Amino acid sequence: MSDKPKLAMYWAASCGGCEISVVNLHEKILDVDAAFDFMFCPCLIDTKKKDIEALPDKSIAITFFNGAIRTEENEELAHLLRRKSKVLIAFGSCAAEGCIPGLANLSSRQEMLRTVYLDNPTIDNPNGIIPSPSSEVPEGTLTIPALLDRVKTLSEVTEVDYIIPGCPPESHQIWNVVEAVVSGAQLPPQGSVIGAGCLSVCDECKRVKEDKKIERFHRTWEITPVPEKCLLEQGLLCMGIATRDGCGAPCPQANMPCTGCYGPPEGVSDQGAKMIAALGSILDIGDSKGKSEDEIAARVESLLDDIPDYAGTFYKYSLPGSIIGGRVSK
Amino acid sequence: MSRISIDPITRLEGHGKIDIFLNEEGDVANAYFQVPELRGFEQFCVGRLAEDMPVITNRICGVCPEAHHMAATKALDALFGADPPSAAKKVRELMYSAFYVTDHTTHFYALGGPDFIMGPDAPPAERNILGVIKKVGLDIGKQVIDCRARNHHVIKTVGGRSIHPVAGLPGGWSRPITTEERDEFIGIAKKNIEFALFTLQVFEDIVLKNPAYVDLITSDIYSHATYYMGLVDDQNRTNFYDGMVRVVGPDGAELVKYHPRDYASHIAERVEPWTYLKYPYLKAVGWKGFVDGPDSGVYAASPLSRLNVSDRMATPRAQEQFERFYETLGSKKVNGRYQPVHLRLATHWARLVELLYSAERMLELSEDPEITSPDLRTKPGPVTGCGVGCVEAPRGTLTHHYEADERGVLTRVNLIVGTTNNYAPMTMSIKKAAERIITKGKVVEEGMLNRIEMAFRLYDPCLSCATHAAVGKMPLRVNIRDVSGEIVRTVSRG
Repeated sequence: MSDKPKLAMYWAASCGGCEISVVNLHEKILDVDAAFDFMFCPCLIDTKKKDIEALPDKSIAITFFNGAIRTEENEELAHLLRRKSKVLIAFGSCAAEGCIPGLANLSSRQEMLRTVYLDNPTIDNPNGIIPSPSSEVPEGTLTIPALLDRVKTLSEVTEVDYIIPGCPPESHQIWNVVEAVVSGAQLPPQGSVIGAGCLSVCDECKRVKEDKKIERFHRTWEITPVPEKCLLEQGLLCMGIATRDGCGAPCPQANMPCTGCYGPPEGVSDQGAKMIAALGSILDIGDSKGKSEDEIAARVESLLDDIPDYAGTFYKYSLPGSIIGGRVSK
Repeated sequence: MSRISIDPITRLEGHGKIDIFLNEEGDVANAYFQVPELRGFEQFCVGRLAEDMPVITNRICGVCPEAHHMAATKALDALFGADPPSAAKKVRELMYSAFYVTDHTTHFYALGGPDFIMGPDAPPAERNILGVIKKVGLDIGKQVIDCRARNHHVIKTVGGRSIHPVAGLPGGWSRPITTEERDEFIGIAKKNIEFALFTLQVFEDIVLKNPAYVDLITSDIYSHATYYMGLVDDQNRTNFYDGMVRVVGPDGAELVKYHPRDYASHIAERVEPWTYLKYPYLKAVGWKGFVDGPDSGVYAASPLSRLNVSDRMATPRAQEQFERFYETLGSKKVNGRYQPVHLRLATHWARLVELLYSAERMLELSEDPEITSPDLRTKPGPVTGCGVGCVEAPRGTLTHHYEADERGVLTRVNLIVGTTNNYAPMTMSIKKAAERIITKGKVVEEGMLNRIEMAFRLYDPCLSCATHAAVGKMPLRVNIRDVSGEIVRTVSRG
C-alpha cells in the first residue's frame, strides 16, 4: 500500500463531466498522481462497498463527491464516504446544488417513470412494466437501487466540509485546490466554497457594462448580440449577475449568456431569487406617471411573457438546493 | 442454482452490474446486465425552453457532451425550421471532428487498447495506460495527453467551453472562427493525422503481428451476426455529423435507409423490470429476445457498425485503412461492398480507422475557405412543432426528438442515446463470453473476469470513466453464490 494520502472520487447521479475536468488537467494529472494515492470509485455498489467499509474511519484524506443524490444507493454511499473521509467535498454543481438532474424535482417520481417507460414515442411496453427495486426472473431475484422521491444535494444527506462549484468545475480551479492542499496551506473555514471567486461572473466578464435598463427580453435565437457589449443590457437573460465567478466567463465570450452553473455568489443563498431581484431593478417599465397599478402590472406581465420558463431559467442548476427545492406537493 | 455477480463493473452510464446464473451442471443459465440508475431527462426537459436543450442535454454525458450538444442543436434547426448557413454546418462539424479525435484516442489508449497492447491475460497491474507507456515507449503517454489537450483546446475555442459547450443555436452557431485560430487548427489537424497513422501502426505491430491476438479477435466468443446501424452521406460513406440512417442486415444487404425524422417508425424500445435502461430494437424485424441472426431485431451501433453500413470512407487515407480492415478480416465484396464483419473485438480496429477519418476530415474543414465566415446564423422561423436531430456519437447513433408549443416551450422529449442502442448486443456479448469461459462450474480466475469485461468494453459504454481506467484500477469482484445466496468463493481485483 502507498503511504501517500488517499484522494477519492465518487460519482452519484451525474454525467462524468467532473471526472473529465480532472483528466483535463492534462499533464498536471501526473502531479496529482504523484502527490496522492488516487482512488477512483465510479460505481461502488454492494460488494465493493464492503471494501470501503473495511477501511478505518477518516482514512481517506479527501473525497471529491460528485453527483446528486437520486437513489437510495447514492445516499448510502454519501454516509459511508463521509465516515471514511477526513475531508468531504461536494465537487461540482450536482453534489453542491442538484444541477440539471435536480430539475426532476419539478415533477414527481411517478410522473417521471410514466413518461420514461409508458408514454414515449418509441416505447413498446404492452404490459406496462416499470422497473422495480426487486424483480423475480426465472433464475432468481434481481435488484436495482430504489429512486428517492426527489433529488437531494450532498449536504442535505450528510455534513459537507467544502464545496467546489461549477458544471463542471473548470480544470484550472481544480488545480488551484489541489495545489493549495499539496502545499500544506491552511484550508479555509469549514463550509466554505473553494476553487472559485467570491464575486459574480460579471466581475470577470470582458463585455462592457454601461447602463442596465432592459426594455424587453430576447430569446438567444432572436438577436445576434453586438460584440463587446454586456449581453444582459442587450436583453439576453444572462445569469452572470447572480452567478459566482471563477470560471473565467467563457460563455459570454462565445456570445452566449451565462446559464448560472457556478451557483450563487458569496453571501447569496438562492440564485434564482437573486436573479429575479436583480431583474426587478433593471427592467424598464417605462414612464409610470399617471398609469394605474393595473396598467403597470400589465406592462411587467408583458415583459415577463418573454420568459416562458422561470424554473428552468433561474434555477437551471440550483433547484434542489434552493429555498423552493422543487415543485411543492400539496 | 449458483449466481455470479460482477458488481461493480465500470464505464456504463456511470454504473452497471452483471449477474450470471449457473445451472445445476455449473454451466451458464443466463446473464443479466443491469443499469441501476435513472435521471429522467425525458421528463424534466418538458417545460424547458427548446433552445436550452443543447446546454441541458450536455449533462446527459460529460464524456460525450459534444454529441448531445450537436444532436440537440440539429433538433432545434428542425424545430424552428432554420437550415443553418453552410459555414455554420462546417464549423459545427470541425468541432465535432476534434471531439472524435480526442474521444477515440482516449478509448484506445486508456480503456480498450490495454487489453490488446498488454494482452488479455497480462496482470491487471500492467493492463492499463501505464503498462501501455512501458510497452510502446515513454513518449506515448505524453503524446496521448498532448492529443487530448490540443483537441480540447479546439472544442473550447469553437464551442465556448471545453466540457459542456454552449455555442449551438437553432439555425446556427454563436462563435465564428478567426483566421489565426483557423491557422492553428490546420496545424492541430495535421498532428492528429500523424498521430492516427502512428496509432494504426501501433495496432499493426502489436496486435496484428501477434497470432494469439488475431486468434482472439477472430474467435467465435466475440462474434454476433446482428443488424448494424449508422449515418451515411449521399454516397453511402460514413459521416458523423449528418446524413441518412442506414441499417444493414447480417448478410450486408440494406434493410432500410431512413431520414432521422422517421426514426420512430424504425426503432422501438422494450422495458424490462430489472433495469432502468431500455432495450431498442428494429421494429420491422421485431423483438425475438437476446439472439442474433436475420430474424432478430437486435442491432448494434458502434464504430464497427458504421464501417459495416458504409460503402467506403470519405477521406483517402481512411479509405485505404477501410479496405485493409475488411481484406485482413477475410470479408468478401458482394455487389461492390464488403460483407459485414461480425467480430466484435474488431471494433477496436474500426475505431482507429474512424480516428484517421476524423483527423482527415478536420483538416479538410480547417482548410475550407468558408470556415472563417462570420455568417453563422439563419434566423429561425416559427416553431414547426416537432424537431428530430441525429448525429453519430462515438458510441452509436444518437437521436434527439423534441415537440414544442408555439412559444418554443417543450411539450415532449424522446432520446435514444449511443450506448442504449448497444444494450442488447452488450448483454448478448456478456452472456456468450460467460458461456464459453465458465463451463461445469469451472472459473478461470483473473482471465475470466477480464475476458467477460472485454465483451462490453469493446462497445466503449458511455460515461466510461476514462479517468479511472487511466490509472488502471478498475475494481471488479465476482462472487460465486450457492443456491441459498451464500458466497462460496470470491475472485476480486482492483
